[in-house]
Amino acid sequence: MANFSKSSVPRFSVEVYQNEYLPEGGREINAIVTVTATGGGTAGGAVTAPDQYAAPGQGPSAAVVIMVDCSGSMDYPPTKMRGARDATAAAVDTLRDGVHFAVVAGTHQAGEIYPGGGRLAVADATTRAQAKAALRRLGAGGGTAIGTWLRLADRLLSSADVAIRHGILLTDGRNEHESPEDLRATLQACAGRFTCDARGVGTDWDVKEVTGIASALLGTADIVADPAGLAADFTRMMETAMGKGVADVALRVWTPVGTTLTFLKQVAPTVEDLTDRRIEAGPRAGDYPTGSWGDESRDYHLCVRVPVAHVGQEMLAARVSLVVPRTGGAVQNLGAQGLVRAVWTDDMAASTAINPQVAHYTGQAELARVIQQGLDLRKAGDIDGATAKLGRAVQLAGASGNADTAKLLAKVVDVVDAATGTVRLKAKVAEADEMTLETRSTKTVRVKK
Amino acid sequence: MRKHDPEPPDPRTAAATPDQPQAVCVACRAGRVDGDGYCEHCGHAQPRERDHMEQESGPLAAVSDRGLRHHRNEDAFAVGRATLPDGSPAAVAIVCDGVSSATRPDEASLAASRTATELLLAALPRGTHPQQAMHEAIVAAAQAVDALAEEPASAREHAPHHNAPACTLVGAVVTPGLLVVGWVGDSRAYWVPADRSAPPARLTEDDSWAAQMVAAGLMSEAQAYADERAHAITGWLGADAYELEPHTASFEPDRPGVVVVCTDGLWNYAETAEEMAEVLPPDAAARPLHAARVLVGHALDGGGHDNVTVALVPFPAVPHGAGSA
Repeated sequence: MANFSKSSVPRFSVEVYQNEYLPEGGREINAIVTVTATGGGTAGGAVTAPDQYAAPGQGPSAAVVIMVDCSGSMDYPPTKMRGARDATAAAVDTLRDGVHFAVVAGTHQAGEIYPGGGRLAVADATTRAQAKAALRRLGAGGGTAIGTWLRLADRLLSSADVAIRHGILLTDGRNEHESPEDLRATLQACAGRFTCDARGVGTDWDVKEVTGIASALLGTADIVADPAGLAADFTRMMETAMGKGVADVALRVWTPVGTTLTFLKQVAPTVEDLTDRRIEAGPRAGDYPTGSWGDESRDYHLCVRVPVAHVGQEMLAARVSLVVPRTGGAVQNLGAQGLVRAVWTDDMAASTAINPQVAHYTGQAELARVIQQGLDLRKAGDIDGATAKLGRAVQLAGASGNADTAKLLAKVVDVVDAATGTVRLKAKVAEADEMTLETRSTKTVRVKK
Repeated sequence: MRKHDPEPPDPRTAAATPDQPQAVCVACRAGRVDGDGYCEHCGHAQPRERDHMEQESGPLAAVSDRGLRHHRNEDAFAVGRATLPDGSPAAVAIVCDGVSSATRPDEASLAASRTATELLLAALPRGTHPQQAMHEAIVAAAQAVDALAEEPASAREHAPHHNAPACTLVGAVVTPGLLVVGWVGDSRAYWVPADRSAPPARLTEDDSWAAQMVAAGLMSEAQAYADERAHAITGWLGADAYELEPHTASFEPDRPGVVVVCTDGLWNYAETAEEMAEVLPPDAAARPLHAARVLVGHALDGGGHDNVTVALVPFPAVPHGAGSA
C-alpha cells in the first residue's frame, strides 16, 4: 500500500443523498450515491493500482487496441473508410509515450494491422509513424463478426502487464457473420478484462448492438453519422482513455441481515442498470464493476428493502464503499465510503418528503425508458403508443432541464406543448436523427443547482 | 462468477472503538458494533450517549431522554453552580430542544445549552445581575448556534432539510433571594412551591402559534392547543431566526419551592402548572435527581412522543456542600 499514499493517486469520495425517514411500516429506502475521483489521470501523474508502478509525472501503464470495421460496406460511400483511417491516425497521435497499442482490422475475422505478430507496440514517435503508415493497409472487403475483433483485442491487451486496458471499436454495419449468442458469449468473456468504447458510423448499424457492447464493457457508445466527424471523436475518446487513473473499480455494497438490494443503477452520466452484475463479496456484500476512472464523477441510484421496524428506530440500510479486486482474491479498499440509513418516524412531513436527487434521477431513468419504448413502438407501427411515450419523454426532458435530449426528441416529434407532453410524430424522420436519439437516450443531466 | 474474499478488518474502524472491540449489538445480540455505531449483522443503530443523560450537581439535577418515538435525542441540558461576589450561592440550569425540521438539531441544542451555562457561570461571579446575565447568555447561545450554520455538515448527516441548525432555550438562575428565568421558543419553566397548598405557576410564555393566538385574544387556550399548528414555534435560536428576542423575567419568591425547567416533551404530559405540581414528587427539593427521573417517567408513560428533558432547581439556593443536608 506504500505507493497508495502518493499524492498523485486519484482520491475517491462518496456522498449520499437520501431521505432516510420512513413512516411506520415503511420498507423502501432510496438513495443517490455520488462517487467522485480527483487528482487522477487527467491531472497528470496518476498512479493507480498499487501493483502497477509508473514513473512520476507519467500516467499509469496502459494499453489500447483500436478496432476498425473493414467490411465491404465501409467503401459505400468511400468517405467512411477514409474517415476511419484519419480517425485512427488522430487517435494514434493522441497516445501518450509509453502506452502499449495495436490496430486491428475487423471483418468476418480479425486481422492485425499494426504492429502484428500478436504483440502490442509501445508508443513513441517511431511507432506512431509506423502505425500511421500501416493504416494504408486498412481496406474494405468482407463481412462483420465483431466478436472476433474483441477476442483478438483481448488477446493483445492481456499480453501486456498494464493497469489500464481499453478498446476503441468502430463499426458501420450489423453483426451479420456471427450469431447474437456468439457475440454475447464474447462480451461475457471480455467483461472485466478490458473496457471498450463503441461507435457506429453512418446509419446501417444496429443501435442495440453498439450500445450493448459499450454497456457490457463499461465504455461509452455513440453515433458518428457523418464520417467527417470521426477524427475529432476518436481524439476525444483516446484523450479520455489516457486520462484514466485507476482500473477495475467496483462499488461494494454491504447490506444488513434481512435487507435486500432492490436495484442499483448508474444514473449519471448515463443510465445503466448494474443490479444483475453483482459479484458476491463475502457476507451480505456484493461488488458491482464500474470500470476505469479518470477525474470524473458518477451518480448511482440505490434502492434497498429493509425489515419492518418501530417508529424511533434507526438502522444502517447499506454501506457503500469502493474497492479494487486484486489477484488472489484480495481487494484494495479505496477508503471512501457512504452510509445509507433508515430512520422510522411518525413525522409525516419528514417521511413523505422525496429527496430532490432521488426524484430527479427517477425522472431521468424514466426518460431513458420511455424514449426506448417510444422508438420501439414507432418501429412496430403503433403510432398512438409511440406518441404517448415520446410525449412523456418530451415532458420529462423539459422539466428536468435535459436540453440535449429535448433537442434530439424535437427532431423525431413535433412538440405542441412540452409542459403537458403533447406531441405529434413527424411524418418523415431522418434515420440518423432517430438513431442518435436512441443511442443517446440514456444520457442524463445532473440536478439543477 | 468471481468471488472476493471479505476484506480484512478496517484498521480505522478498529481504532475507533479501542475500548470495546467486542461490543455486541443490543438489538440482535449476534453482530458486533462497527465504528459508525451500527451493528455489522442487523444494521441497527446502537444506543448513543445522548439517548439518556443524567446529571446531579449539589442541590440541582437534570435528566434527558430520547423518548419512545424519536430516533435520537435532540434535547440537551447543562447545569452548574457559581458563587456570587458576596459569597452567596447561585444555581444555573439551561435546557434546549433542537428544532427537528432544521439541520443538526442535536448539535444546536448542545452548543446552546453549554454556551449559555458557561456564560452564566462566568458572569455571575463577576457581579453581573442575574437577569442581565441571563439575557447575555441567550444572546451568546444564539451566536453559538448561528456559528454552526457556517460549519460543513458532518459527513454522515445528509438530512432532507438543509436549513440552518436551530433550537429553543429555557434557563433558570436561582440565588438565595432571586429566581430569574429566560427563554426563547416553547420550552418552559414552572414554579412549584414546597408547600403544595400554595398555587404553582408557569413562569414562561411560549413563542408559539398557540400562545400568540391566546395572547391576541383570538382563541381560547383549549382551542389554540387543540389546533395542529399549536406547537409551531415563532421564536428560536439559530441562523434562520429573523430577530432574536430573548425573554427574561425576575421573581422574588416568598417561600421555598422548586423550578421545573423543561422541554415540551415533558409539558405535553403536564401542561398546566397544577398538573406539573401534581406529578412533581413532594420531596423534589431534597431528592432532585429522583424527582427528575419521575417526571421523565411520567412523559414516557404518557407515550414519550418527543425527547424529554427536565432540570429541577430548588429555591432558595443553598451554599455549596449544604445541598444534601
